[in-house]
Amino acid sequence: MSLKNNKIKNPVTQPGSALNNKTGDWRTEKPIIDPNLCIGCSRCVKMCPDACMLMKLDKEGKLKAEVDYDYCKGCGLCASECPVKAILMEKE
Amino acid sequence: MKNNLKTQFLEGSRAVSLTVANIQPDVISAYPITPQTHIVEDLAKFKAQGKANYEYLLAESEFAAASIVVGASATGSRVYSTTSSQGLLLMMEVLYNASGLRLPLVMTIANRAVGGPINIWNDHSDAMAMRDAGWIMLFAENHQEAVDLHVIAYKLAEEFNLPAAINIDGFILTHSFESVIIPSKKDIKKYLPAYKPALGTYLNPERPVTLGALFTPDHFWLEKRRIDEDLKNILQVFPKNYKDWKKVLPSESPIKALLDDGLVEYCGPKNPETLLIAMGSIVGTIKECLKKDKKTGILKIRSYRPFPAKSVKKIIANCKNVAIIEKAMSSGANGPLYSDVMSSLSGFKGVSSNHIVGLGGRDINIETIKNIIKSAKRTQTKFW
Repeated sequence: MSLKNNKIKNPVTQPGSALNNKTGDWRTEKPIIDPNLCIGCSRCVKMCPDACMLMKLDKEGKLKAEVDYDYCKGCGLCASECPVKAILMEKE
Repeated sequence: MKNNLKTQFLEGSRAVSLTVANIQPDVISAYPITPQTHIVEDLAKFKAQGKANYEYLLAESEFAAASIVVGASATGSRVYSTTSSQGLLLMMEVLYNASGLRLPLVMTIANRAVGGPINIWNDHSDAMAMRDAGWIMLFAENHQEAVDLHVIAYKLAEEFNLPAAINIDGFILTHSFESVIIPSKKDIKKYLPAYKPALGTYLNPERPVTLGALFTPDHFWLEKRRIDEDLKNILQVFPKNYKDWKKVLPSESPIKALLDDGLVEYCGPKNPETLLIAMGSIVGTIKECLKKDKKTGILKIRSYRPFPAKSVKKIIANCKNVAIIEKAMSSGANGPLYSDVMSSLSGFKGVSSNHIVGLGGRDINIETIKNIIKSAKRTQTKFW
């Protein structure tokens, strides 16, 4: 970001730097995943409009969903689409 | 006169366009509107006659003209535009972007009333509409000052990465003829070096950057604060810049100023009983009126943004009455200049009055000024 360099006055951003904007704090509700209920179908990954749902292997080698809270804006699509109701929306 | 400075008898618009041509911008785009038309016509003519080699882009509106120069400036070129009144309002969105993206646009505003009802004559309501846009705003009293301020504006704009507007009163300055010295390309080069922004601060495929992308609440206010800080920093360097330019082009004012730091100019007695504060061409009328008045002084605000609060405060401190004379109003409150002056005067014990004059080109003559001086003993807002 330009702010680090006081000599540059223009609000310039470098290519590929969009990830610096952690937009997760826009959220008012937070998706909480219950790994015991999650069947690893990855439907939430396909539904998430902000690519904040990740599938990861747990200790037993089973696929489980995880949320990237740095960018999740709490829209709740994942919770609504989850076929086993493994995702609950909680107030931030 | 020293050097080979030649005094010419020129129309205000011609003086401005000749100066702009000698400043040698890379890109000019403007849309004609009364009373700025002659400037645009001249600049287009210079190009058509092969006397200038800037890119002259036709625009379908002021919004387009402003957008063209913002785009051109974002690629690192020196740009120029000019407009008036409704045209300026149509540019408004772009004006905020120009300062927000820190692009050194320079624009002449031939000040004209904002409608409706429709009116083509001079006042400062258009300039006041862009007061908070983050631009450097300078007001010229006469042709020579208009010429000088254009060169100074480019210098400040390019040094601070902020856009600058030079306000010249429509018709009163744009369409009148006066003796004026036009600085040559060589003279200007001595003061204003070629514009070469650093790689990485503008759009160039050699080092790709994004200009003005999304700034979250964490960063946006910091950018805005930086604009404010830089505008205020200009107050520090303006006097030196002004003096430097005066060395290149020493043009003398017929009435000697007691104080002139570039930001403001004061003419009158050391301790005036009544102090008049005004901007633009009306100052000439006031000076003429005060020739025989030993008790009244006139403070001209040359730099309205940034506002030279300290200089103003210093001069006002010892006077009894202050009359702020302005060609604009803020309906439902006081005049904008009055508000700015008063907010910089903590502890002032004298009488202050606000005089809204010359709206929509209403004539202000010496008699009006005399009456204003008389009525300055009472706190009031008065329309003339």
